[in-house]
Amino acid sequence: MAIYRAVGRNWLTRGLLTISNNPLRVCIVDSGPAGFYTAEKMLKAHQEAEVDIIDWLPTPFGLVRSGVAPDHPETKIVINQFSRVAKHERCSFFGNVTLGSSVSLGELRELYNVVVLAYGAESDRFLGIPGEDLKGIYSAREFVWWYNGHPDFKNLNPDLKSTESAVIVGQGNVALDVARILLRPTAELATTDISKHALSGLEESSIRKVYLVGRRGPVQAAFTTRELREVLGIKNLNIGIQEADLYRAPADEEELKKNRIQKRVYELLSRAATSGSSELNPCQRELHFVFFSKPDRFLESDDSSGHVAGVHLEKTVLKGVSPGKQIAVDTGQFEDRPCGMVLKSIGYKSVPVDGLPFDHQKGVVPNIRGRVLGNTSGDPALCENGLYVCGWLKRGPTGIIATNLYCAEETVASISEDLEQGVLWSSSSSLKPGREGLHQLLSNRNVRFVTFNEWEKIDNEEKRRGSSSSEPREKLICWEELLKSAT
Amino acid sequence: MLISRLSRVGFPIIGALSRGISAHVCRTGCAGSTYCQRHWPETWWFQGAIYQRNRYCSTTAASADSADKGEQQEISVTFVDKDGEEKHIKVPVGMSMLEAAHQNDIELEGACEGSLACSTCHVIVMDIEYYNKLEEPTDEENDMLDLAFGLTETSRLGCQVIAKPELDGVRLAIPAATRNFAVDGYVPKPH
Ligand SMILES: Cc1cc2nc3c(=O)[nH]c(=O)nc-3n(C[C@H](O)[C@H](O)[C@H](O)COP(=O)(O)OP(=O)(O)OC[C@H]3O[C@@H](n4cnc5c(N)ncnc54)[C@H](O)[C@@H]3O)c2cc1C
Ligand SMILES: NC(=O)c1ccc[n+]([C@@H]2O[C@H](COP(=O)([O-])OP(=O)(O)OC[C@H]3O[C@@H](n4cnc5c(N)ncnc54)[C@H](OP(=O)(O)O)[C@@H]3O)[C@@H](O)[C@H]2O)c1
Ligand code: FES
Repeated sequence: MAIYRAVGRNWLTRGLLTISNNPLRVCIVDSGPAGFYTAEKMLKAHQEAEVDIIDWLPTPFGLVRSGVAPDHPETKIVINQFSRVAKHERCSFFGNVTLGSSVSLGELRELYNVVVLAYGAESDRFLGIPGEDLKGIYSAREFVWWYNGHPDFKNLNPDLKSTESAVIVGQGNVALDVARILLRPTAELATTDISKHALSGLEESSIRKVYLVGRRGPVQAAFTTRELREVLGIKNLNIGIQEADLYRAPADEEELKKNRIQKRVYELLSRAATSGSSELNPCQRELHFVFFSKPDRFLESDDSSGHVAGVHLEKTVLKGVSPGKQIAVDTGQFEDRPCGMVLKSIGYKSVPVDGLPFDHQKGVVPNIRGRVLGNTSGDPALCENGLYVCGWLKRGPTGIIATNLYCAEETVASISEDLEQGVLWSSSSSLKPGREGLHQLLSNRNVRFVTFNEWEKIDNEEKRRGSSSSEPREKLICWEELLKSAT
Repeated sequence: MLISRLSRVGFPIIGALSRGISAHVCRTGCAGSTYCQRHWPETWWFQGAIYQRNRYCSTTAASADSADKGEQQEISVTFVDKDGEEKHIKVPVGMSMLEAAHQNDIELEGACEGSLACSTCHVIVMDIEYYNKLEEPTDEENDMLDLAFGLTETSRLGCQVIAKPELDGVRLAIPAATRNFAVDGYVPKPH
């Protein structure tokens, strides 16, 4: 595996030599992949830049910590790279600082020459159908935050004990993640950094059947091969795929020809459909891929407990709308899928903060290559001086960690262009208080921020607690405990 | 020379790692320094880590011996970076191109440090003949390649391409992701 040596210091010390008297003050809101990649590229491209990263959690790394599944430790290795950035001499981390309440966007723009917003997407898309607020229906985001020990979701306590069947709406990678967590033998999860409460909940779970419902077909499924291969390989899991669903219309063939991922996903699904045993072993768990179906409404249980008892699904067919794009259309045929729990995994959604232009329809900040626009008209003349976006807030809630790297390159290229053209740097307003100003403001407001050093104390404590049970870490899940360990 | 000295004084791992930077040592003229790490120019983001795939580990002892014997255990590799600039390096047989790139100050990303979980180490083998000399990518590598930006017919993951004598002279391009992402009108798949 990886062997580390201490040469990281080389580029850390370089920072000392290059801080200028009048640094370019940069603030990045979020410590997820988009934030860290932006920080890294800014520090590299601009020797005079001093970069502050703020995050409303005391813990850094965004969805790498709170989204990436506990059984994917290799994906989280990128944290090493991000930590090196955070420890750069010209970089500072301010955890426990919320944009919107600890500090406003207007204040940040006063304090810094450049503000990059990359605070992700921390809400959900809604289906907008009857029964969506019944008990037992959660968004995948909530469920993921629960099993990943997000301090705000430790009390979610999804009821996994009173039903055999769960429906997951959506067929993306998040849907596969939550399906895997529900179906994987808990002994395999016990050695991960899954939160303790989730592990006990899952150990007692009676859920044996999971239905993964997608409104389109196997050719259009949004998940990717690696994640599909993994779920298909779960021990003692029967896979249900209707062979009829694998039929390919000419338009499907066209899509498959053009898209490598879709083609390989389709092949895997076809293989799984034919290799599954026809006799179900009652001890085994089941994962059913339900294609061409969309929820029409959620059914309430008869005992007037306000609990979900099933999903009324409408069958769909595909209709071509442009070359290579087919959408699901209704057929007027319905079927019920009884279940005691529903996880909606149809995508995340960003939320605006005061003073930020926002495209409510697309759920993103209007921008041209990362430059924030005053409104959604797309007119480049309306660029907000010194304000940029990156990551899910800029593109919408899709893409893997690496996508944010390219996204950050684009945003930083825009910043560099603006600097070169004197848009950001020429006026008298270029002298900004930056870090000192933020310190002052937070101290005036009694905001107790968490530095990167302090996060490392939390990190050590989590690792210490995990080591007794052979876990990489046991996450601290209470705000008080997090802040206490940071001191 | 540096290499054999280090390995003789009983630092097999450091010795093995240093071999990878021999080309670089020559370039910057710090050969002979016991702590040549200190003299490395500051590659930006990646210097804190060296990646050891199992395959490489298992060949460490063998290549340490042969490094003493002669040059044939190193191959020449050319990296062509995002701006089209070429860098010629020597890579010990058994080492991955990701490690070799990092030890030679070449900016190849590697978010998962060679664990086959990120696709950021994507390289394009510039010559089909060389591409054909590589073992077929495994399903797992193909799964990650699915997600690589600017994928081509001869794309591979740098952490999975291991130096072997037949690859002597191989040229690897680091895809210009930004251009793909922004300028060419190319809209990357969201995955
Ligand atoms: C469940 C799930 C699993 C995933 N698994 C993988 C995977 O295995 N591999 C992979 O490559 N990709 C995976 N992804 C995708 C990847 O996580 C995203 O592409 C990436 O995290 C997006 O980065 P971001 O920085 O835009 O947002 P985020 O990572 O969400 O970061 C946003 C940050 O902003 C902070 N924040 C939010 N609001 C505020 C505020 N008002 N003030 C201050 N800070 C704020 C949050 O605390 C958070 O740290 C997964 C995504 C999800 C949802
Ligand atoms: N291991 C990993 O690499 C990993 C893990 C998790 C997440 N991620 C990434 O994170 C990103 C987000 O993942 P995600 O799963 O949240 O999103 P996603 O990939 O966009 O999938 C969303 C799913 O929800 C469906 N959907 C959307 N609106 C719907 C509606 N109104 N009714 C019914 N179905 C609806 C979509 O179907 P349509 O296709 O028909 O719209 C699609 O199947 C993705 O890019 C993903 O690859 C990666
Ligand atoms: S470094 Fe992550 S796949 Fe090669």
